[in-house]
Amino acid sequence: MFNTMTRNVLLTPFLIWAVLFIFVPLICIVWYGVTDYDGNFSLDNMSLIFERGYLAALKLSVELALISTVVCLILAYPLCLILTENRRDNTTIISLLFILPLWMNSLLSTMAWQTILESNGIINQLMRLLDLPTFNMINTQGAIVVGMVYNFLPYMVLPLFISLSKIDKSILEAAQDLGANSWQTFFRVILPLTIPGAVSGITMVFIPALTTFVISALLGGGKLLLIGNIIEQEFTFQYDWHVGCALSVILMIFIVMNMLLTAAFDPLKEEGDG
Amino acid sequence: MKFKILALLLVSCLAIGIAGCGGGDKKDNVVYVYSWGDYIDPEVLKTFEKETGIHVVLDEFDTNESMYPRVAEGAVHYDVICPSDYMIQKMISNNLLQPLDFNKLPEAKKNIGEDFFKQAESFDPGNKYSVPYCWGTVGIIYDKTKVTDPVDSWNILWNEKYSGQILMQDSARDAMMIPLKLMGKSMNETDKDVLAQAQAMLKAQKPLVQAYVVDEVKEKLINSEAAMGVVFSGEAPIILKENPNMAFSIPKEGTNLWIDGWVITKDSQNVDNAHKFINFMCRPDIAAQNFEHLGYSTPNIAVRDLVEDEELKNSPIAFPSPEVYSGQETYKYLGNQMDEYYNNLWMQVRVDS
Repeated sequence: MFNTMTRNVLLTPFLIWAVLFIFVPLICIVWYGVTDYDGNFSLDNMSLIFERGYLAALKLSVELALISTVVCLILAYPLCLILTENRRDNTTIISLLFILPLWMNSLLSTMAWQTILESNGIINQLMRLLDLPTFNMINTQGAIVVGMVYNFLPYMVLPLFISLSKIDKSILEAAQDLGANSWQTFFRVILPLTIPGAVSGITMVFIPALTTFVISALLGGGKLLLIGNIIEQEFTFQYDWHVGCALSVILMIFIVMNMLLTAAFDPLKEEGDG
Repeated sequence: MKFKILALLLVSCLAIGIAGCGGGDKKDNVVYVYSWGDYIDPEVLKTFEKETGIHVVLDEFDTNESMYPRVAEGAVHYDVICPSDYMIQKMISNNLLQPLDFNKLPEAKKNIGEDFFKQAESFDPGNKYSVPYCWGTVGIIYDKTKVTDPVDSWNILWNEKYSGQILMQDSARDAMMIPLKLMGKSMNETDKDVLAQAQAMLKAQKPLVQAYVVDEVKEKLINSEAAMGVVFSGEAPIILKENPNMAFSIPKEGTNLWIDGWVITKDSQNVDNAHKFINFMCRPDIAAQNFEHLGYSTPNIAVRDLVEDEELKNSPIAFPSPEVYSGQETYKYLGNQMDEYYNNLWMQVRVDS
């Protein structure tokens, strides 16, 4: 499309951006992570993950992120199927409804969940009004999962919706012509074709869920620390950049592993995916 | 036309930006103040500017720990800061402050209670570097309708009857202070065995705790989210006012008597203005105005007579009798290593599940 010269010129702004704001900070993080306070090379900060119970926090983060991702997938897939089937009707309205939460600051919506789930919160007040038993949801793992699902569901819906709507109707008609019932069509045609969308949806939900610290801070009551909270505390409270960066590097390794893993499940290996 | 407006906007933005930078040249007319969020009545600052012609540039912080690196790194130059006791000591020992010239602070000498200067000696020996601004204790706020046992000991925070109804402060020193006091130890304890015991008590308490909180404690207690919570005395009057079911108690084992004070930084460019500012804050009428705005106890003994709000004036929480604070301990700076040790102990409690 472009010749090499124009291409290079057009790429320059992004390259400058990438070097300044992606590579340089990344190198800084790794540098801080593998040095100690005096600037000597040291892996002590890294090995801290095995002490202080930080490994438990990482494990909890992975668990909750996995649960949230699965919940998002279960919620989003049927929704997207329905959305793409009646494409002519009220698709715009419904899909708008799902993008709408993204317009609101996620901090605010998470705080709203706090007041919804509190023991004197909206749900429990309603339960009391109806003489139903109240329940204790705030400051539990469940509350954090609710917050994650609410915040990250749109990131699952959008790629799934796009990959579903990309499927050519004539392929489905062909499957039916060849005698496939609707279950067979779904499992042998639709599902394989939407795996790329599902894979990017999973990545887009799993990674922010794994690294979040706001949701767990607001809905976990400070009792449940995820790895993100620990990194945040190391920077803001303990003021130990070396430990904070070392933990960030470990988290990044986790994320890269996750991306490699999900990419391995992606049969189409779309170019530039992930 | 639209373009013209845009261009005009851009130019004016630039001009403001340049003026903002250039402002630093008029040094005798500015004072850079770094204080806790909402810790000064904005009207007071206006009066100061009007009376002295000195422009106040105010920045705010929310924890001592977040304030410290900014000042220590020298990224921003502040003249006057308002840290807490142990942090003042840390800043003195790390050579970040300059001694105050009390000849320039007549109002401070005249109005700040001797008791408070004496208490401040525990972190600022000789009272060379700081002037007390606000003080308070830490106690338990509880819901009289839910808590049937007498609340006179930190012990109640370990009572299983109130499981899931207890709010604790989320900060290493404040959290550790409670079990240490309960064991009859100092809140400045450095014996690692004792600290390990205190940590074990906090871990044992964790299942009973509803949440570890900082500023949210006010809202949660006002909304009756919990039966009891550990709060700073300055927050108590507001909670009691909004929720009449609540009561405040200072446990008999003792509590932390904290003092926030004004200090001047070593590299201050406006030393004279800084002194003028501190002196102004110690004036009885100004201190009274700040006190009514904040609700935190003031070490300024001239203030009580000037307070107009009868309820506040007679509040034993805002103006405690001397028995409440005599004999109480104040946090000390325990050195970087011990700081880190405390923080790690606390972090382990929070990660523990």
